[in-house]
Amino acid sequence: MTVRDALNSAIDEEMSADSKVYLMGEEVGEYQGAYKISKGLLQKFGPDRVLDTPITEAGFTGIGVGSAFYGLKPIVEFMTFNFAMQAIDHIINSAAKTNYMSAGQISVPIVFRGPNGAAAGVAAQHSQCFAAWYGSCPGLKVLSPYSAEDARGLLKAAIRDPDPVVFLENEILYGEAFPVSAEVLDPSFVLPIGKAKIEREGTDVTVTAFSKMVGYALKAAEILEKEGINVEVINLRSIRPLDRATINQSVRKTNRLVTVEEGWPQHGIGAEICTSVVEESFDYLDAPVERITGADVPMPYAANLERMAVPQIEDIVRAVKRACSRSARGK
Amino acid sequence: MNDFMGRKVSYSSQMCFIPEESTNSVPCYRLLSTHGDLLDPSSINELDKELCIEMYRKMVTLQVMDTIFYDAQRQGRISFYVTTIGEEAINIGSAAALNATDVVFSQYREPGVLMWRGFTLQQFANQCYGNEYDLGKGRQMPVHYGSNELNYLTVSSPIATQVPQAVGAAYGLKMDKKDACAVTYFGDGGTSEGDFHAGMNFAAVLGAPVLFICRNNGWAISTPTSEQFRSDGVAIKGQAYGVRSIRVDGNDALAVYFAVKNARKMAVEEFRPILIEALTYRVGHHSTSDDSSKYRSVDEIEYWRTRRDPVARLRMFLQSNRWWDDENEDLLRQDLRTQMMSVLHNAESKKKPGLSNLFEDVYDVIPQNLKEQEQETQAIVGKYPKDYPSDVPLD
Repeated sequence: MTVRDALNSAIDEEMSADSKVYLMGEEVGEYQGAYKISKGLLQKFGPDRVLDTPITEAGFTGIGVGSAFYGLKPIVEFMTFNFAMQAIDHIINSAAKTNYMSAGQISVPIVFRGPNGAAAGVAAQHSQCFAAWYGSCPGLKVLSPYSAEDARGLLKAAIRDPDPVVFLENEILYGEAFPVSAEVLDPSFVLPIGKAKIEREGTDVTVTAFSKMVGYALKAAEILEKEGINVEVINLRSIRPLDRATINQSVRKTNRLVTVEEGWPQHGIGAEICTSVVEESFDYLDAPVERITGADVPMPYAANLERMAVPQIEDIVRAVKRACSRSARGK
Repeated sequence: MNDFMGRKVSYSSQMCFIPEESTNSVPCYRLLSTHGDLLDPSSINELDKELCIEMYRKMVTLQVMDTIFYDAQRQGRISFYVTTIGEEAINIGSAAALNATDVVFSQYREPGVLMWRGFTLQQFANQCYGNEYDLGKGRQMPVHYGSNELNYLTVSSPIATQVPQAVGAAYGLKMDKKDACAVTYFGDGGTSEGDFHAGMNFAAVLGAPVLFICRNNGWAISTPTSEQFRSDGVAIKGQAYGVRSIRVDGNDALAVYFAVKNARKMAVEEFRPILIEALTYRVGHHSTSDDSSKYRSVDEIEYWRTRRDPVARLRMFLQSNRWWDDENEDLLRQDLRTQMMSVLHNAESKKKPGLSNLFEDVYDVIPQNLKEQEQETQAIVGKYPKDYPSDVPLD
């Protein structure tokens, strides 16, 4: 099943099961979705439940939040999370903080979803990763799926959750197909929020990643296997809450950690994971934590420059080797 | 074909620019003269005496509550306050015209709406003191009230964010086929925010049953309306969005009442938004953090406070009909002062919310990391009590 179909089926099933769930965003209806994630939904559920909005992220996000205050369960689609910056006041000040500020009187069962991070050739204003920004806010839950199973289970969990959830997808992964079991295809399938998944068990080094980088980490692990390094790959699935227990348990087993993300380095996800491990498992570390991130620049357009600005499989392989003291630090 | 995307176009070879200003300003609806005389004496038959008296009593209550809370802030008893002085007619007149099930999305200068619905003086005080009886559990600054029970959403500071939110709620009411509308209040300054534009536009496109009530009080902190917009106020903007609108004398409680009553009927029965611009004046400072004499003349403030007071205006109407007299007035004001003193004293003497309130409600269910942080904090405060305020219960 492709990630696209996984997301589509998750939204379809949750809308069928609960009449309060509805979808809104630019091009989600008649156009079938900018990335076809909402294909067929307007035809099935009608214009009352699949709303094509005017171009105002601030506007439709505010309206979505207001309807959630009232008791509906909106799914707000951003064509990309880059555009959600125009709505970020509503996401943080209207959604994330309201249950707390109202002392539990107003809950906000809303899902904000859309593509996050780099795609291909879309440059600076369409390639930013927002995991670190949203991940730092109390009141939000932040999820990022990798596989079709992740996409189905986590999106269903997000829609059912009474708290506001930021759901960071990846445009490149939409078309990627993954094997799925019958259990995953069942409408009742759901994944827990806040639990990471060990995608590949290993003994020598822990590599954490989320979204597209999970695939890269798995490929790096295959390469490293041939050189006798046994890598454990953790698919974070949940940025907030971060599954510190699983990460620390893994590092206590392998004694080495490499964090991988496409976003910018300063104040990134790797920085938080590194600190968590230093705070809780310092004595178990046999080497300094290695952090692989995107370059500290706005994303360039030219294909060669873009390739240099995001982590590649080779970067992960080299980082693991450094952590395993197999080569000198640096290049 | 004379149409373009579903609308009729009337072509003309006269080049005609729509003027930036109309020769006629949007008319302003009023029922009472500034001296409280009914402009149409026969309309007395449409008025409910008990309702008019109750509206007046609540306007006085609001005025007295504001005066005493403002003084309390000046004395250092509460940290911050925002008065509604001069806008009592908008608050109470509109509140009286709504149903209890209409959902209210306010800015922060509409406590009278909450008061009308039954929020007590004690509850207002508890919120301002952030004590353990505060419905808001000490989470917010003073005047950020809210009550689920009274359908008044907790006040949130960012300007105009409540406008599209109200439209969203109205959409929900429409989908649920409820006999209710959403009501949102904002000031003249709020209409400059992008959210106002998006909210108005969406409400019209979605056919949302929502009332947009603009308190045009002339000032947005120190920015006068002449610097806020160049349009003929706010009501004129309605038609640009396809929203029916009216301008009303915001200091005439009866006019506000009837305008809102009619607007509500249209919103609910016809599934449409209505824009109401209520002209008024912000007699008080923006908040206790402001001294408005720095940017406007004291004479201007005094003129509106003494000669255009909406409370006095309604009183003159009531008294001229012998529905109210000086004795009623004195008794009411004395009683209110006594109540307020007791209410303040009560609120002040209560404990603050316990420590657990720091960590609850961030999420629906408290996550493990916050439970751990709470335990750590309890342990530290228990171990070093002298380093922490003595009035924070550890539970």
